[in-house]
Amino acid sequence: MSELDHAQTTRHISVTVNGTVYERDVLTRTHLGDFLRQELGLTGTHLGCEHGVCGACTIILDGQPIRSCLMLAVQANGATIRTIEGLAQADGTLHPVQEAFWDKHGLQCGFCTPGMVTTLAAVLEADPTLDETAIREAISGNICRCTGYETIVDAALQAASRMRGDH
Amino acid sequence: MKASAFAYHDPKTVQELNSLLGSLDNVRILAGGQSLMPMLNMRYAFPDHVIDINHIAGLAEVVMTPQGLRIGAMTRQRIVREHPLVLEHAPVLAEALHWVGHVQTRARGTIGGSLCHLDPAAEQPCIAALYDAVLHVSGPRGPRDVAMRDWVMSYMTPNLEPDEALLGLTLPVWSAQGQTIGHGFHEFARRHGDYAIVAAAALVSLDAGGVVRRASIALAGVDVKPVRLAVAEQALVGHVLDQALIGTVSAMAATIEMMEDAHITPAYRGRLAQTMTKRALSDALNRATGGRNV
Amino acid sequence: MGARYFGAAVKRLEDPKLITGRGQYLDDIAMPGVLHVAVVRSPHAHALINAIDTSMARGHAGVVAVLTADDLGEMARKPMPMMAPAPMVKTPLTQSPLAHGSVHYVGEAVALVVAESRAVAEDAAAMVMVDYDPLPAMVDLAHALNEGAAVANQALQSNLAGTLKGGFGDVAGVFSKAAHVFKESLSLHRGGCHAMECRGVMARPDPSGNRIDIWSSTQSPYMVRRALALCLGMDEASVRVTAPDVGGGFGPKAVVYAEDYAIPMAARHLGRALKWVEDRGEHFVATTQQRDQLWELEVAADAQGRMLGVRGHCLHDNGAYLPYGVVLPVTSMSSFPGPYALEALEISIDVIYTNMVPNTPVRGAGRPNTCFVLERLADRVARELGISREDVRRRSFVQVSQFPYETGMKARDGSPVSYDSGDYVQCLDLAVAKFGSDFKARQDKARAEGRYIGMGIASYVEDTGLAPYEGATIRVQPNGKVLLLTGAAAQGQGHKTVFAQIAADQLGITPQDITVEAGDTSLFPLGIGTIASRVAVTGGSSVHMAAVETRAKAIKVASQVLEAQEADLVLEGGFVKVSGTDRQVSLGQLALMLHGNFGQPLPAGIAPGLSATAFYEARQTTFANGTNLCEVEVDIETGAVKILRYVVAHDCGTLINPMLVDGQIRGGVVHGIGNALFERMIYDENGQPQTTNYGEYLLPLATEMPRIEIVHMESPSPRNPIGVKGAGEGGTIPAAACVISAIEDALSPFHVRLGSHPLSPQDLVELIDRG
Repeated sequence: MSELDHAQTTRHISVTVNGTVYERDVLTRTHLGDFLRQELGLTGTHLGCEHGVCGACTIILDGQPIRSCLMLAVQANGATIRTIEGLAQADGTLHPVQEAFWDKHGLQCGFCTPGMVTTLAAVLEADPTLDETAIREAISGNICRCTGYETIVDAALQAASRMRGDH
Repeated sequence: MKASAFAYHDPKTVQELNSLLGSLDNVRILAGGQSLMPMLNMRYAFPDHVIDINHIAGLAEVVMTPQGLRIGAMTRQRIVREHPLVLEHAPVLAEALHWVGHVQTRARGTIGGSLCHLDPAAEQPCIAALYDAVLHVSGPRGPRDVAMRDWVMSYMTPNLEPDEALLGLTLPVWSAQGQTIGHGFHEFARRHGDYAIVAAAALVSLDAGGVVRRASIALAGVDVKPVRLAVAEQALVGHVLDQALIGTVSAMAATIEMMEDAHITPAYRGRLAQTMTKRALSDALNRATGGRNV
Repeated sequence: MGARYFGAAVKRLEDPKLITGRGQYLDDIAMPGVLHVAVVRSPHAHALINAIDTSMARGHAGVVAVLTADDLGEMARKPMPMMAPAPMVKTPLTQSPLAHGSVHYVGEAVALVVAESRAVAEDAAAMVMVDYDPLPAMVDLAHALNEGAAVANQALQSNLAGTLKGGFGDVAGVFSKAAHVFKESLSLHRGGCHAMECRGVMARPDPSGNRIDIWSSTQSPYMVRRALALCLGMDEASVRVTAPDVGGGFGPKAVVYAEDYAIPMAARHLGRALKWVEDRGEHFVATTQQRDQLWELEVAADAQGRMLGVRGHCLHDNGAYLPYGVVLPVTSMSSFPGPYALEALEISIDVIYTNMVPNTPVRGAGRPNTCFVLERLADRVARELGISREDVRRRSFVQVSQFPYETGMKARDGSPVSYDSGDYVQCLDLAVAKFGSDFKARQDKARAEGRYIGMGIASYVEDTGLAPYEGATIRVQPNGKVLLLTGAAAQGQGHKTVFAQIAADQLGITPQDITVEAGDTSLFPLGIGTIASRVAVTGGSSVHMAAVETRAKAIKVASQVLEAQEADLVLEGGFVKVSGTDRQVSLGQLALMLHGNFGQPLPAGIAPGLSATAFYEARQTTFANGTNLCEVEVDIETGAVKILRYVVAHDCGTLINPMLVDGQIRGGVVHGIGNALFERMIYDENGQPQTTNYGEYLLPLATEMPRIEIVHMESPSPRNPIGVKGAGEGGTIPAAACVISAIEDALSPFHVRLGSHPLSPQDLVELIDRG
């Protein structure tokens, strides 16, 4: 494009990620996934397609799972974000979804895993009563080439059960 | 796969929005971003200016008005799908949204975005057609309303001037008035969350004798815009709705002229239109009769 | 010492960092000062390059350099070496790191733009003006050898790269005396890799210019090192290649690509660290694909439905180049006769150049192709003779009494192909038992209700544990922890866990006591790569051998330290103990001892270090097998296929970690289901790819995939010390054949015959209407 005003292509934002407030100048064309990875060094959020289909870049924005490649970083100004790095507790205790992925062999190469785990953490925190059909729908926007999905579903069912306090 | 550079604007009022639209060239409006952002990242779109309308107050409200259910353009699909007013007055919209994208895209995607993007197979414009929705547009010459039947100008092109924007829509929802209303929505997509190849939405209002007093059927994926099956609607009214009648009117869906693309033949679209119409009407009948006519 | 971890469903050692976002995939590695590369790619399927004008791009703010083949020296213009030489090919074509003079598929790398950010590099890539002279493109495999057909490369007289011939027995005799001969035309379609992590290369030259560090998202870091050292004229010791965490491979990441050469070359040229990360759009046009084949086949069978012979011809599309030689048609060829004890076979495969993305193995390589055509023939025999599909297979299989069974085919080294062990009939019976016996009744009932369900079946044999070798070093450290080094890096398979399981049992420790390092060429001298379901056999055996040797050494030294007979010593809990006493010495103490002290000789006859290195050389192939059954329902109004059940009976010899094997099978099956029903890589008549994003190219999603029920049979391989066979591709190989078989069965009332995949709902509706 022609000459652009710096003020229109750069913005100052403040965003809370995993409990830490970050203030940064961002290029307006930068998507949120790139911002998290490159500016904040939070490389656990992966970019698998950058056109909003694979789900690897899913993060939790103000409580909702969203695709971080389909949002501009500038739009996250004022938002509260949780990424895969922020799901476990400070003492290292895993989120029930993380724990279940480990127990049930819910990952192989691990590249889609952050998006799967954040998606499932968000939907199960909202509703831990989801059954297999609902879980499969919840992750239908997350592509995994390794597992065939079954062990991810099993992991989600285990996590849901624990989050309900069944045992 | 990174977007080209653009100037970013985030108006706080509709007036600011209209003034930006009136003064800038090569602009794209950023609503939920679920269609525009992929196009930016893939450099299918190279706007000089992106106007983010997420900060304009009042564009995400869902309210009942005398004219019907008014839904702000920036209402997220997740909110629409779960909204008590939608579930009460337009449950077919909530049902259709079940098929729209995925949990992550519904969290950001907006009903207004879908109505401006206008994928021919999209569910939300189909529901707007089903209800003869009225679309509320703002511009520097003041607000104007556009009937859904006049909304789609051509392939993926809404009836908007360059300096106008969609603020919301009103669904003139049906009131029962002693009758029972049933709805159905079916679509055929290759995978869950994909755009439909063909989708059908149906609304019927039955009197105590099971006679259709009012009917609406809309199809997506058969033309560049949602298509109302007026002939089939007329064929329903005044008759007792049963499976035989559903079969007859569904066959009408296959007879309309189908669009063609490189991958899907008109014949297959016609077959899906018939099947989806039949299934949507069957659900509508079932719901209107409380399951007595499964 | 009994096996405690070998054979157990041990949770993976790899997982804690991957589930918490601490993985280090290529694009995650922090590299201060790194510059970013965008690749200018050909928009034409076939064209001459007249000129490249980089001036505007070079002038763009933030751009550091724009490099073409002319800028990077002779090696950038020279065709890359073929990874598997193919002497039978008259005109062996490979691409050069950057195109020079001509391009032969959409996506071929033409120039590099180096900039301060990827976004700026992409801005400038659009400003590189390439003057192309388009030429006719060859994308029509069926007519590629016709007179007047467009030729895919001006270096060629014909699109025929070469012809493979294989077979055995008296084919004419078998076919003339057979009770039945049936003919089939069959075809398979290409699909892509679609690892969720795309490819990527990062290179950091040493300021002296004498060393270079390379990171590549590859299945074969040692192949990258070999290729780059030769290309750059450097010692292998000066070229360090690391495969970091790799987000899936599935075959295509085993190739040394143009970017694997061009990025390090450019880094040396500029004296700067460079990074190129393939984006998903590039992945569709620049990462190898596979499976386009057209077959004309005949099968001969006796009156009882035993398959006696197969003969026929294949047109195999290899795309624009032969980066991996003819390994695909070779694996298609050598996968005959599958599990069947044929008396005669005669196959010819014409390898064809086209102007599409080059082909190299994608999960299964040429095997799913051969499995598909053989299984279609078996189903045909069953249908024609009115006997069950299971019985055709039972009668035609290699029988258990025949092992080791020489098929009549020759392996790549010219030796006879010899199946080592198994019981194909029993494995099939296990699948049938799991599936249950009520299907026919349910099918009849469903049909009476207007529902169409079908059962599918497919059996296969897979050569696994491909030569030549992998190796491992085991080193006990003074803290008692064990370092295990190997060249066999993983892309999600869980090698670290299974290697640690194997070693832990020998050393009397837990897998958690073992740190496995793989995929860094500076840590282990030699490796081949994680391809062709080979690492459990080759890598696993080498770990076992190194562990056994380390254990023996520990016992030998401990017997001196503890003044006990070696036979009385056991390894337990990190100690060597004298059985029945409290005398013991820790592995750490022994390691410290063998690390040595100034001026103190080591015990006589003991080499330094409590460690051992072993290479397992795969001199004979191991053969896994299995039978899959599935149940589908076809909605005849829409053509939709729903997979209701999927049963796998699988024999990959001794299981090291059944949980991980199951994972390999499930993922593999779903890949095959994708090939059968969803994945379609469409090119138009000009060679323009039409499906270049995930809205157009459909990968399997959780909502459409079935649960996969697995039964294991364990026929240990006599050909390696741990009895294992490979499991990486056995899920994929039969899956498409099984699904297609089920759909045909479901639609048998409509006389639908299926001989190709993928099949879309629209395809099925058209077949139903025609049938």
